[in-house]
Amino acid sequence: MSTESAAPEAGHGATASIAKGETLVEVIGLKKYFPVTEGIVIQRKVAEVKAVDGVSFHIRKGETLGLVGESGCGKTTTGRCILQLDRPTEGAIIFEGVNLVELDHRALSPYRQKIQVIFQDPYSSLNPRMKIGDIIGEPIKVHGIVPDAGKRRRRVSELLSLCGLDPRFADRYPHEMSGGQRQRVGIARALSLNPQFIICDEAVSALDVSIQAQVINLLEDLRDEFNLTYLFIAHDLSVVRHLCHRVAVMYLGKIVELADCDELYDNPLHPYTQALLAAVPVPDPEVESKREYRVVKGEVPSPMNPPSGCVFHPRCPLAVDRCSSALPELREIRPGHWVACTEV
Amino acid sequence: MTALLEIENLRTQFFTSAGTVRAVDGISYSVEAGEVVALVGESGCGKSVSALSILRLIPNPPGRIVGGSIRFKGTDLLQLSDAEIRAVRGRRIAMVFQEPMTSLNPVLTIGLQLTETLTHHLGMKTDAARARAIELLNLVGISDPDQRLGQYPHHFSGGMRQRVMIAMALCCEPELIIADEPTTALDVTIQAQILELMKGLTKQLGVALIIITHNLGVVARYADRVNVMYAGKIIERGNAQQIYHETSHPYTLGLLRSVPRLDQPRKAKLDPIEGQPPDLARLDDGCAFRPRCRYAVERCATEIPPLEGVRDGHVSACWQRDSLGQSARDVS
Repeated sequence: MSTESAAPEAGHGATASIAKGETLVEVIGLKKYFPVTEGIVIQRKVAEVKAVDGVSFHIRKGETLGLVGESGCGKTTTGRCILQLDRPTEGAIIFEGVNLVELDHRALSPYRQKIQVIFQDPYSSLNPRMKIGDIIGEPIKVHGIVPDAGKRRRRVSELLSLCGLDPRFADRYPHEMSGGQRQRVGIARALSLNPQFIICDEAVSALDVSIQAQVINLLEDLRDEFNLTYLFIAHDLSVVRHLCHRVAVMYLGKIVELADCDELYDNPLHPYTQALLAAVPVPDPEVESKREYRVVKGEVPSPMNPPSGCVFHPRCPLAVDRCSSALPELREIRPGHWVACTEV
Repeated sequence: MTALLEIENLRTQFFTSAGTVRAVDGISYSVEAGEVVALVGESGCGKSVSALSILRLIPNPPGRIVGGSIRFKGTDLLQLSDAEIRAVRGRRIAMVFQEPMTSLNPVLTIGLQLTETLTHHLGMKTDAARARAIELLNLVGISDPDQRLGQYPHHFSGGMRQRVMIAMALCCEPELIIADEPTTALDVTIQAQILELMKGLTKQLGVALIIITHNLGVVARYADRVNVMYAGKIIERGNAQQIYHETSHPYTLGLLRSVPRLDQPRKAKLDPIEGQPPDLARLDDGCAFRPRCRYAVERCATEIPPLEGVRDGHVSACWQRDSLGQSARDVS
């Protein structure tokens, strides 16, 4: 495989070259509320689901930021807002210094190439009626990167072998492939436009452990080879720890803790992060039998009607009176370690 | 004492246009009363089919149990008439399915679904069944059970529905519960709640539990004995200690190595099992794991290794079982 032609080339659309380690993506005060309506003909808004409620973070070039949390915490909506698949209710998404929220459809086009996504479900994210070659080749064609059909086929073969698949798979249909192979196709499709930044939305969650490890290794190799930046959205804490440089923990539309990966796992401060980590069983019966096991009570409240004050206070073992009234701000407790809790 | 459940040489096959799929290919294991037995393996290894076979829930066609025996307290479930097996299902052996979202009927109230089993199997009157249903919902930790009975499944969250499923499984005081991936669809904090609940209740009520899962952490925490499956066969069996620390099959070893662990320092690289699981319609004469195995020798291509002893009830289907087990013991 030729790495040179597969390497991301700068030069599509507005270019601001960002050096490794500088901020590539910045999310500022992101809010996304979905309306809940009533009535069939005349729709009235009766409530709002606060899927994402004031989230801010940045991702440096070449870095992988993990976004963890349980279902319904808003991690996927955050990803979709960055991709501009959902337009945020409030807030800014700064990519290479440009606020994507202010751009119209046409002006967004160059950024759509630079920001790509790998979806969770390898079964529903590939069109069953298209051949693998067309699935991977279509973005290249649409964005007019390689107009020549023959060259495009070569590029598709290159991408397939880059992702560990036989180039002959280009003539197959998705149903002829296993889950792990399909996920590799999804990765090849995301890479086809030489992106700078890839959002992996639960990209390995649907795979069996032995295949999951193969795909994680592939994502790591590609990151190193092409200097990619990832936002890795997942609920599996051990996978996130393996792959990410920094990790943000979300609960009910808010970031409750953000720190360097090792710091977060060795030294979790927010009671929710501690509960999450304690709930993961370790594949070792000796460790498990000795481990203290605290089960956090209750369930995640509805984002339509979140608790007042700190959203975690009804389940929190540390909660005191003021937690139900005052909203804790994210504050820097140690350099780079941010926690939204007043009791730590 | 005979075991509560004894499965011998069970073979379940699906007859499809692509050929005969040997989903379960001669598995044998037993469950003692009150014991927690785990079936571990990846998708398509036959773990769910083997569990569905116990209650004869395999759709026919295309599937059929072609051989073996399943003795539950001495009675072969495969020889029972349809009416007789219906009296076992839910009454003496209950099942908890993976999908709490789809395994409850969306148009019936929770109360009706809970009491149906009670009136059907135990011939309870409506009032008595309702009282028992309230008692069960309390047992599985659902608050306000009186009101909850009149609600529909969509009023419940995923974790609550799984609690309802457990209540349904428990309602006739069965001797065995088969839980097929009971927590896979749930979040970790809810998973922990449900597993602790199941472990507590089975211990308290003396129910045996077969837990089917792909999560090695769950197995380590909850199982007394572990059966590891690959390509329709059990390839290793032992107690949790033996499976995790004296691993004697390369597939089990591969599984354990390919998961990142929270209790150990970060590794630079994960160590996956290369390749894909085999097509169960096209298995050859040798060991099914051979193409992905690092320890394969010539013999593996021609002879399927039998499930034989390493030591103390620990068995493995690998020609290299002794050397693997020895090196695993040396390490730990």
